[in-house]
Amino acid sequence: MSIRHGLLALLERGQMYGYQLRAAFEESTGSTWPLNIGQVYTTLSRLERDGLVRPLPESEAGQRPYEITDAGRADLTLWFTTPVSRTDRPRDELAIKLALALTTPGVDVRSVVQAQRSATIRALQELTRLKYGSDRPQDLPWRLVLDSMVFQAEAEVRWLDHCETSLVRHQPSDPAPPPPLPADADASHAARWAGEEARR
Amino acid sequence: MSGSDDAVLELRAVHRTHGAGPAAVQALRGVSLVVRPGELVAVMGPSGSGKSTLLALAGGLDRPTSGEVRVEGQPLGELDRRGLAQLRRRRIGYIFQQLNLLGSLSAVENVALPLELDGASGRRARALAMAALTEVGLPALGDRFPDQLSGGQQQRVAIARALVGERRLVLADEPTGALDSQTGEAVLHLLRRRIDAGAAGVLVTHEARHAGWADRVVFLRDGVLVDTTAPLGSVEQLLSGSER
Repeated sequence: MSIRHGLLALLERGQMYGYQLRAAFEESTGSTWPLNIGQVYTTLSRLERDGLVRPLPESEAGQRPYEITDAGRADLTLWFTTPVSRTDRPRDELAIKLALALTTPGVDVRSVVQAQRSATIRALQELTRLKYGSDRPQDLPWRLVLDSMVFQAEAEVRWLDHCETSLVRHQPSDPAPPPPLPADADASHAARWAGEEARR
Repeated sequence: MSGSDDAVLELRAVHRTHGAGPAAVQALRGVSLVVRPGELVAVMGPSGSGKSTLLALAGGLDRPTSGEVRVEGQPLGELDRRGLAQLRRRRIGYIFQQLNLLGSLSAVENVALPLELDGASGRRARALAMAALTEVGLPALGDRFPDQLSGGQQQRVAIARALVGERRLVLADEPTGALDSQTGEAVLHLLRRRIDAGAAGVLVTHEARHAGWADRVVFLRDGVLVDTTAPLGSVEQLLSGSER
């Protein structure tokens, strides 16, 4: 997601000036993405350069509102109708960390898994608390942002559970140091996979 | 153990072994846990880690091999079967995945049943049952029978039955079962509200999203408590972490 499309979406509601845009942006993302006013103006000037917004005459109070252009509207529609690509997202450090933990001598992988699970569940507790406290109808956009984080965290914990189950099934119960070369198919697969991830 | 005077539930070094000899299975090995009023504790862990055993012991449905379980200060080991049954009816509410509603009784009769078994008058039991049904958002459906209610509504009736009267300890085992995510969330919302009003709760779940409703999450592995979490306490920290 770019601030650019966020601002275009807000301008689609009607003309706004910088401070209004900043406030509306934070309101609709439940302040999960704080913007400074500099970012707003930098983005507005790029949008103007690309012909996606146009400035209107300054008000008496010295505020210059912007409005969305037809080209801006087309750009916005394209953004809404194009799925977010998974490959555009940041690499998953956790997956790489666990894959490496499996093949690094002396690492207690179950402890790594548990430490992460605790941290993620702690985050889930906090997110749930925030959700519990925002049940007014106007909180819906904010609640959906929170839900998205809740479901991502949940998916992470499910994956950690899955990792732990796989470890119990496939690793010897005696935590002997692994051989210098990974003889275990899963471990070598994990290392290869981690390598591919890191190269991407 | 100090500092547990106000505990609603307390497990002290609880062991539970099923069977004997070489075939013995140690379901719990020295588990200690204190749950206070206004506190919801989630118990997580893989299958066979002892979660359900812990809940059964906490609810007086099973007795420990060694160690002690107390509910509102009362050691359960000191109670005979009758005393235990009375404490379960009066003090403890259970919410299970299997709702165990009686099909021949209406919703309000199902909810009133534990009170009537405990000697409450029919009128008083019905009034308290209606209050509990109202609490779970079903004030108008008291006269329906379970098979006239949706899955979510049946679960709410089961919750009303667990919350009816003055139960101070609510024990829930995968209470959202096969409900869709919105209905499941509503169930947890109800549970949370009762806890916030001063009850204590233990929630066994394998779903992290549900454990998120707890004040504390404890992890069981092979019958031992291995970890505990409390919330971060810093919203800013969390939100800045989400900006990756």
